[in-house]
Formats: sequence, C-alpha cells, structure tokens
Amino acid sequence: MSTLEEETKAEALAEEEATGASLTTPARLTAYARGAGGVLVPILTTLIAFVVGGLVVLLTGHNPFSTYKAIFEGTGLQWIFPWVTGASRTTAAYNLQQTLITTTPLILVGLAVAFAFRAGLFNIGGQGQFTVGGIAAVWVGSSFAGMSPVLHITFAIVAAGLAGAAWAGIAGILKATLGVNEVISTIMLNWIAIWGGVYLFGLGGPLQDPHQKSVPVSSTVVSSAKLPVFWGNAALQGLHIGLFIALAGVVVFWVILSRTRLGYEVRATGLNPDAASYAGINVAKNYFLAMAIAGTFAGVAAAMDILGWKFNLFTNDIQGSTVGFLGIAVALLGRNTAVGVVFAALLFGGLETGTSDRFLDPSVFDPNLASNLTWMIQGLIVLLVSTDLIALKILRSGRGVRVIFKRRAKREEATA
Amino acid sequence: MADSSRPALELRGITKKFGSVVANDRVDFDVYPGEVHALLGENGAGKSTLMSVLYGLYTPDAGEIVVDGEPVVIDSPATAIRLGIGMVHQHFMLVPVMTVAENLVLGHEPVANAGLLDLKAARESVHDLSDRYGLAVDPDATIEDVTVGTQQRVEILRALYREARILVLDEPTAVLTAQEVQELVGVLNRLKQDGTAIVFISHKLNEVLRVADRITVLRLGKKIGTVPRQGATEQSLARMVVGRDVLLSVEKSTAKPRDPILAVEDLEVRDDRDLEAVNGMSLTVRGGEIVAIAGVDGNGQQELVEAIAGLRTPRAGRIIVGGRDITGKGVKAATAAGVAHIAEDRHRRGLVLPFTLAENLALREFRRPDISRGGWLRVKHMRQRALGLLREYDVRGGNCDSYASSLSGGNQQKVAIAREIASDPELLIAHQPTRGLDVGAIEFVHKRLIEERDKGRAILLVSLEYEEVRSLADRILVICGGQVMGEFPPDASEEELGMAMTGQVAAAATSSAAGAPA
Repeated sequence: MSTLEEETKAEALAEEEATGASLTTPARLTAYARGAGGVLVPILTTLIAFVVGGLVVLLTGHNPFSTYKAIFEGTGLQWIFPWVTGASRTTAAYNLQQTLITTTPLILVGLAVAFAFRAGLFNIGGQGQFTVGGIAAVWVGSSFAGMSPVLHITFAIVAAGLAGAAWAGIAGILKATLGVNEVISTIMLNWIAIWGGVYLFGLGGPLQDPHQKSVPVSSTVVSSAKLPVFWGNAALQGLHIGLFIALAGVVVFWVILSRTRLGYEVRATGLNPDAASYAGINVAKNYFLAMAIAGTFAGVAAAMDILGWKFNLFTNDIQGSTVGFLGIAVALLGRNTAVGVVFAALLFGGLETGTSDRFLDPSVFDPNLASNLTWMIQGLIVLLVSTDLIALKILRSGRGVRVIFKRRAKREEATA
Repeated sequence: MADSSRPALELRGITKKFGSVVANDRVDFDVYPGEVHALLGENGAGKSTLMSVLYGLYTPDAGEIVVDGEPVVIDSPATAIRLGIGMVHQHFMLVPVMTVAENLVLGHEPVANAGLLDLKAARESVHDLSDRYGLAVDPDATIEDVTVGTQQRVEILRALYREARILVLDEPTAVLTAQEVQELVGVLNRLKQDGTAIVFISHKLNEVLRVADRITVLRLGKKIGTVPRQGATEQSLARMVVGRDVLLSVEKSTAKPRDPILAVEDLEVRDDRDLEAVNGMSLTVRGGEIVAIAGVDGNGQQELVEAIAGLRTPRAGRIIVGGRDITGKGVKAATAAGVAHIAEDRHRRGLVLPFTLAENLALREFRRPDISRGGWLRVKHMRQRALGLLREYDVRGGNCDSYASSLSGGNQQKVAIAREIASDPELLIAHQPTRGLDVGAIEFVHKRLIEERDKGRAILLVSLEYEEVRSLADRILVICGGQVMGEFPPDASEEELGMAMTGQVAAAATSSAAGAPA
C-alpha cells in the first residue's frame, strides 16, 4: 500500500468524519437521512418544485393557487376531510380511488429502486423489470381460465415477480461476476424488455390477442385472475386490493432489511463493501440477491396494474409507460426508506391523477398543459433531490461561515 | 537564473484543519534552488496535506506561501503551475492511449496556423527537454506501452515543459524498481545542477538519506525538525519520525508459549498491481505469545495479513491455523478456524460507520445462532450482547444504538477490538492496532493484547512503530521486500532492527527466520 495514497485517504476520512459523513453514496445518504434533514429536505424539495411550477403557471396567465386547488381536488384527497359531503364527496371518492390505483405500482417500483440502492446499486431498470412483469402477468392472467381465483391471482403475481427478478438478476449476475456497471446493463435491459414486449403483442406476434387480429394487444385477463375491487364500482374502475399488496410489499421491504440476516448483509454491502467482505460477507452474491429482490418488487408492480384495472397490454402502453422510471424519483424522494417511498408514491400518483384530463377542471387550467406541469414538477423534484447533497453542503458551509465570523469577531475583540 | 541565496519557496506557519482534526499545525518549510529537500513522515503525518496546500488543492486556515520572496495566494493548481510549481503525483496523470509528446503538451498545447495542434513542435520540445536533462524518452511511444519508470519521466518532463522551477515529487520511488530508482537519482542530480528546487516526499529513510540535502520530519501534522543530510542516520531520522513525547512501557510477564497455532509456510502473495509482495515467507506463532512483524511500510505486511485473514488468495504456500489448512479459502473459513483480525484501517474495513454499534459488534459473528437463526436477525440478542461488550471494553460516547461514525477514533477502535476478541479467536491478528489513537487509548489496546496473550491466544502484531513492537512482542520478525530478514528478541536495539528493515542483515540472524519453536 502506498503511503501517500493512504495518507490522503486518512486525511479525507478525517475530514469526512469531522463533517459526519462517510464513504459510499448510500452511506452518505443514510447518515444524512437520519438527521432532521431526513424529513425536512424532501418536503422542502417538493415545496420548491411546486413554487417553481406555480411561477410557470403564472407565466401562462393563470392563477397558480386556483390551479393547484383544482389539481388537489382532481386527486380526490379532500375525501379525507369530513366536511366534504354529498355529491362532492362521491366525486372525491372516485378521484381518490384513481389516485390510489396510480399510487399502487409506484410504491412497488419505488421499493425496487430503493432496495437495490440499499445494496449500493443504482437500479435504472425498473421500467424493464416492470415490463417483463407485465408480460408475465398478462400471459398467466389471460391463460388458465377456470382456475380458482385465489390460485390464479397468486400464480399471476408470482410469475410477474419471478420475471422481474430474473430480468434484474441478469444485471445482478453481470455485476457480481464481471463487474458490469448495473446502470448500463439495466438501461440496456429496459430496451430489450420493451422491444421484446412489442414483438410479443405486436401484429402477428406470438402472444397477440387471436380475437383481434388487427390490434397490437395481448389477450385479456380472465375474470378469475382479476384483483377484487374493495372500494367503488368494479365496472367504473374502483380501487382493487393491489393497494394492500403494495403496502404488504412495504412491510416486506422493511422486514427484509431490518430483521433478516440477508438484509443485514445487503446493508453492510451497500454502506461499506470493504468492511462487508472483511466480515466474510459475499459481496457479489449480495449484489445479485439485491437486484433479484428489487426486480421482484417491480414485476409485482406490473401485475397490480394488469390484474387490477388494465387487464391487457397494448404495445403502445409498453412503449409509453414511465412507471418504472418514476420509481427512481419515488425512491429518491422517499430516501430509500419504506415509509418515505409510500409518501413519495402518493405524491407522484396524486400529481398524475390530479392533472389528467379526466379529473382536472378544464375551466381552471387546460389539462393538456397541466400534465406538462406534472412532468415539470416531477423533473424538478428529481433534480432537486439528486442535488440535495449540494443543499446540505451549503447548509454546512453556512455553519462554517458562522464559525469564521465568530472567530473573526473574537480576534477583533482580542486586538481591541 | 535562480538566486540560490534566497529560497525558491517558503511555507510559513501553514495550518490546515479538517473539522477538529489538525492535519497541519503551523508548519514551516522552505527549499532553495539547486536543493533537494525531503519531507519525511508517517501515514497521516500531514505530508500530502501540506503539498495539497502548496498545489492549490486546499486553502490553508493560516500561514503564507512565499515564492521567490513574494507572498502569493495559490487558489488552484493552475495558479501553482503559473508560479513555476510542478507536481509529480504518485499516481500518474497521463492519458494511456496518447503518445509521450501528446501527453507532454496536454493543457498547454503548441498551436500552429489555423488553430491546429502542432505535434511537430511538441515532439521537438520532448527532444530538447530530454537532451537537456538526460531524460531519454521516445516522443512517439504510447504511454500504455512504456514502463512505469518512463511514465514518471514523462511526468517530470511535463512539469519542466511548463517551466517548473520548484518540483514536488510525491513518493516518487513507490512504483519504481531498484534500477529505476538509481536512474531517478541521476535525473534529480541534473535538475539540481540546473537550479531546480526539489521537494522529495517519502517515508523511506534510506532513500531520503540518499537523495536529500536537507530533511524535514513531520509527525501528527507538526514539524518535528529540519536536519542536514550530513550527520543524519536512519536511526536518528526514525526517532524523529516515530518518536513519542510519552514513552509507553507496558507491564508484561514472560510469555508462556504453548503449541503452535499459526503456521505460514513458504507463502507467496501478490499485491493489487500483481507484483510480488510476500516472497516465500514462513513463520509460526504459538498460543500465549505475541509475535511482531516489524518493517518499513509496504514490504508485504498488508498482503501477509490479508492472506492469513482470508481476504487475499496466495500464489503459493500454505497457511495453517489450529491444524486446519485455510489457504485461499476465504474469510469465513479463516473465521471458522479461529482467526480474528483487527484491521489496519477501521474506517475502510474495520467498521461500517453508518451502522449502529450493535450492528458493528455483530459483523464477525452475525451468523452464529445467538445473533441470527434461520435467516432472521435476533435484534434483541444482538443489542444485549452489544451492551455487555460496550461495558466490558469501556466504550464511551455512545450506546448500542449510536452510529459508529459518532464515536471518537479511540472508541471506534475499542469497538473493533471488542468484536474481534469476543469471537474467542485462536489467532488474533492486530494490524497497526493503535494507529491514530491517543496515548490513553494506546495503553488500553496494549494492555488488552497482553491479557489476551496470557489467556493463551496466539497474537500476530503488525506494526510500523518501534516502541509498540518492542514493548509488546515476545519475538520480533523483521521483514523486508516480502521476506523475513531475521528474528530478534524484544530487547534488540533500534540499530539492529533498523538494519534488518532495510535489508542489511547479519547471516546469523536469518537462520532462525522461520521462527519455529525449539
């Protein structure tokens, strides 16, 4: 070992120690998520994004307050207020069902990105894992008619989860054995999944619906594989039980990480791979397992959509879907924690629903513009969340500035 | 022409703090034209911080830099270069796929008409400079095809091309062969004649004595002193480098060695660059004794320890612990055979800083049924066990739910040591166990190691500190160049040990190199 390198390292560590941070990015983020900044910064980030979004609304000649109010009402979240009654309550309930339907897969893909991140891996492949999960779910769900519903649904969800796990597992194996950067491999796998799906359900594709030869779509999920609706009217796309499956996923995520040996190994690997291998933890194996588990979450996310309300898969949907990518934003804003992911998913789910042309009052703000607004707010949040280490630095240097001022004041006192 | 009566460079009272850590504490340093001034010190002594301040990478908290009698502010490497300061980093900053000439002019490219790169001029510059300083290089060779020694020459030439009059060489010999070192010394002599001021950073005593005119020693961020080469010896320098204001003497009874626990036979291990680091080493450690590996840093200590701990696969030879062959079988096998390992670097390896103390204390033994069963973590047991250990080892500044990063260095080390000893090992490897600790913590660690020895554990101590080695060891094995140079009793003189560390050894001593019990 070279002395100078060591020395530099030691000194850098001394510096990091002094500032309370540590080595790897997850390590730094974890240390950081613990402080007050853990909750404060994501909230501030969101507020800033909304303020900037509001300024843009103002530029278009609309009132940002009434626009945001309309978007909020579009989400149906006012349903939780007891003073909302009568017809507006019925509308709110319906809107909220739609918001929660959108939120459900976002929670699960958020967990997919967050789990990999806890192992020190950046899973950009949520979209691909979501896509293969959807393909598996729609295939199982549209086949095997006559199975008992519990079995059929379980079978379809398990198939989707396994497909996602296998897809992410490819990136995991490449990382573990050949050291292939998971960012690159998962991005590439996204495209393979998307075009693979387009081939399967495209005109003349092997899994295209035989009953509609001219439409590029999968066969439709049979009734025994459809998730039961527990709130609202099933015919009007009420809320299906996938929400509870997603929330169960949140619990599973937490339990694996906090209460199992596997989670302990994964966290050690993510926070300090050198210390992990020093402790006899097989870092490569954990990279693979973490990716496979992440892929399972993403695959199950797709099953929720397919079995819950979509029931079939158009090639357009495969190409146009961004759920998997939104998972990155959800995980980032949710700080890769179980609870954080739920709230972040609700925020993004609400934004999507609240600005869609079905729910936003067009007299207040043109929904076509509003969905752009949503994209903008989402982009700003991701940008601000990714740069919040900079925000932290500014906070710190602010502290530094104060210390310097104090010192200077003292010196001046001494000389005076 | 440089005025040799005035320093080319002066650093006055440089202070640099990182939080509460003082990396440089009012350090003065100067170098005259035509002089080689060596900066000597241990890891973390502050050498690289000082040079980073000089090169504009860090802003000092106090002090001033004077170049040619003019106070200057160096806020970036570009400023440093403009002021005639050239830095040859230990890790070369060259573009491997480009030629020598292209690398030479990188950042200061000669431009011909129409803004095109004038490669001919670049090539000529290489010829001119290499003729002038006797640094033979082929301007058209690609960097990745030439030897490390040549790459270093290109780095030096690049500094000269930028008209450096003050040349800083950062551990220049670390990557060179003996022959290349010889050539480097020749180059430095020519540069001196030409009036270049040279700062030579090193931790190798013999080299410093070979090339430097004056030697400044840093320790723990403070300047210990500057001495001329004349009259300096390796022993006198070593004292300056590692010497302590407080000398520790640990009370210790005579060892009562039992059966051999660790046997290393003809071990060969390569380092990260695939160079021979351990070269046919054999040694034995018995239960109830402390065997110290002493030597200059970088002579195979790291690789030896990693091989025994299961972190590095040896090329040849065997490692046997308690009768079990664990050669190349990995950490789990080593742990199962009873190897515990106090890592040299508690931040990089010894601890997961963002883990709680309870989680850190479980790192070695989390697979045991009292901490995890059937894949489930028994968090309550883990915390209870941690509570006991924290009390036993008197860890202060945190409880079992505090994060390791929140503890002081001494307490962090106590956590790492507590975990390793708690695994009830047959063999305890203590690699620089007191590095960076204050005197009180050092005393604690030393006492604890002796206690464990008296319980019958075999202890392999690897240390760069004379005092530590001599006060703890029952036998001292001096290594150099990846080989055991000889075995010495703990009362061996510093001179004897120093000689062996630099590879000069009496033939008689080598006969007991294997250290086998009589």
